[in-house]
Amino acid sequence: MKKTIITVVGKDGVGIIAKICTYLANNNINIEDISQTITGGFFNMMMITDMNSSSKAIGDISDELAQIGEEIGVVIKCQREEIFDSMHRI
Amino acid sequence: MININEVAETNEMIEKENLDVRTITMGISLLDCIDSDLETVKKNINDKIYNYAKDLVKTGKDIEKEFGIPIVNKRISVTPISLIGAACCKTPSDFSQLAVVLDDVAKKVGVNFIGGYSALVSKGMTPAEEMLIKSIPEALSKTDRVCSSINLGSTKTGINMDAVKLMGEIIKETAEYTKEKDSLGCAKLVVFCNAPDDNPFMAGAFHGVTEADCIINVGVSGPGVVKTALEKVRGENFEVLCETIKKTAFKVTRVGQLVAKEASERLKVPFGIVDLSLAPTPAIGDSVADILCEIGLEHAGAPGTTAALALLNDQVKKGGVMASSYVGGLSGAFIPVSEDQGMINAVEAGALTLEKLEAMTCVCSVGLDMIAIPGKTKATTISGIIADELAIGMVNQKTTAVRIIPVIGKDVGDNVEFGGLLGHAPVMAVNEFSCDAFINRGGRIPAPIHSFKN
Repeated sequence: MKKTIITVVGKDGVGIIAKICTYLANNNINIEDISQTITGGFFNMMMITDMNSSSKAIGDISDELAQIGEEIGVVIKCQREEIFDSMHRI
Repeated sequence: MININEVAETNEMIEKENLDVRTITMGISLLDCIDSDLETVKKNINDKIYNYAKDLVKTGKDIEKEFGIPIVNKRISVTPISLIGAACCKTPSDFSQLAVVLDDVAKKVGVNFIGGYSALVSKGMTPAEEMLIKSIPEALSKTDRVCSSINLGSTKTGINMDAVKLMGEIIKETAEYTKEKDSLGCAKLVVFCNAPDDNPFMAGAFHGVTEADCIINVGVSGPGVVKTALEKVRGENFEVLCETIKKTAFKVTRVGQLVAKEASERLKVPFGIVDLSLAPTPAIGDSVADILCEIGLEHAGAPGTTAALALLNDQVKKGGVMASSYVGGLSGAFIPVSEDQGMINAVEAGALTLEKLEAMTCVCSVGLDMIAIPGKTKATTISGIIADELAIGMVNQKTTAVRIIPVIGKDVGDNVEFGGLLGHAPVMAVNEFSCDAFINRGGRIPAPIHSFKN
C-alpha cells in the first residue's frame, strides 16, 4: 500500500483545500482521511492518501504539490506514511 | 492511525530541530581486487566500487524526497587498503596511487567521503602496513575525499607503541603537507583503539574483514531534537531527564532503521547496522554541548560535565537499542570540538580544556576529536596524547580515538577554518612537558589482565 501523508501549513485563505483536492483528483489519488485545525490564523491540515492508482512517482507528486503550495502561499509536504508510523508506533 | 499531532511533531523535528540521517555508508569489500600487479589492482578497485555504488547517491536522494527526511551524507567504506595493496605495492608512493584511485571513484559516484585508507596494527606492523602509514601524508595531500584510519591498540592485544610513535610523526608530517589549508589533512586522519568493523562515520570508517561483500550501514543523528525535548523538562529530576532522552533517542533511531531498511532493499545490498549516535554539526541548534548545558551546566567542561555526558551516552543507547534490529559502529554521543558550536563556545570561554575532554572520552563514544593544537607541538607529545587516549580504550574495553590537528603556523588563541561539516576551531593549549623518553622506549604495552577471558 502506497499510503502518503500530505501536510499543509500556512496562512489561512480561500480555496486551499479545493486547489489541493483538484490536483489529487486529476492524478487519481484517493483521500482516505482529512483533519485540520486553525490556530492563530494558521491553517494546519493533514490528509492520508492512497496513491496506488496514480501513475506518477511519489517524488514527482511531492515536487508538484510543493510548487502548488508556493503559488498559494502555504507549505505543502508529501511524505510516505512509514516515517510517522516508525517513529510513533512500536 | 497516525494523527495530526504526531505528524506535526515529526515534521517539527525535521524542520526546526535538525533531525536528519547523518550518513548512509556503503561498505564494500575489496579483498577480491587483490593482485600482484599494481595497475590491475587499480582497475579492480575502480570497477568494483563503481559497480556497487553507482546508484548510492541517487537512491539516497530518492529516499530523502519520499520520506521528507534529509540524508546529509552518502559515503563509502572499503577494506583496509594495507591488505589490498600488500601484494602489489613496493613503496609508499605505490600505496598513495591507490588513494588517488579511491578519490577518483568517490568523485565519479558522487559520495563526499571514502574511508578505508587504513591499517590495523594493534599488535604489530607488516612491511605493507608500515608503508601505507608512511604514505599517509602524501596520500591525504593528493586527495580530497579519502579518509584514513589506523587501529593502534585493542583490549585483546594491548597497544603497539612503535606504531603510536610513528603516528605522532605522521600526523605532524600530514599537517606539514597540507599547511596551505590549515593542515586539513589531519582532519581526515584518525587513530583508534578497539576500532569497530562497521563504523559508518568518517574519518574512521572502514569495511572490516569480518563483514560481507557489500553492506549498508546508517548513522543517525539529532542532538537538536534531544535538546528541544529537554527544554520541556527543565528542573525535573534525573529520572524524568533520562526517560526523556531515552524516548527521544528511540524516535530518532527508528527513522534511521527505516532509512537503512529502505536503502538496503532498493540497492539490493544487505542491511548491516544502525549507529546510534548524537553527531553534532557546526549548525546552530545541532550541538551535543548544548544538550549538556540544557542538562544543567553553564558550559561544557564545567564540573559535572563527565557525569552529564555519561548519562546522556547511556540513555541514547538504551533508547536506541530497542528501535533498531542491529546496532553497531560507535553508537553514543560524539564530542568533536570544531564540529560543534557549543564546544567551540566552551573552549573560547575557557571552560573546556584538552584534559577535561580526555576525561569526557572515558564515558562517551570515541575520543579526542577534531581538536586543533599548536603547530609547534612535538611529535612525541602527540604520541603521548594518543597513548593516553588508547589506554583509556584498552582498559575500559571501549572504542577510543584521536583526531587532532597540529595547525602549522598557528598557536593558542588563533582560529582555524576547516569549512563545511568540519567546522572551525580555536587552537587549544597542550601540556608541553616532555614524554620523549616514554615514547622512545619502543615495543608494545601488553594487554590488560581482564582481556584474558578464555
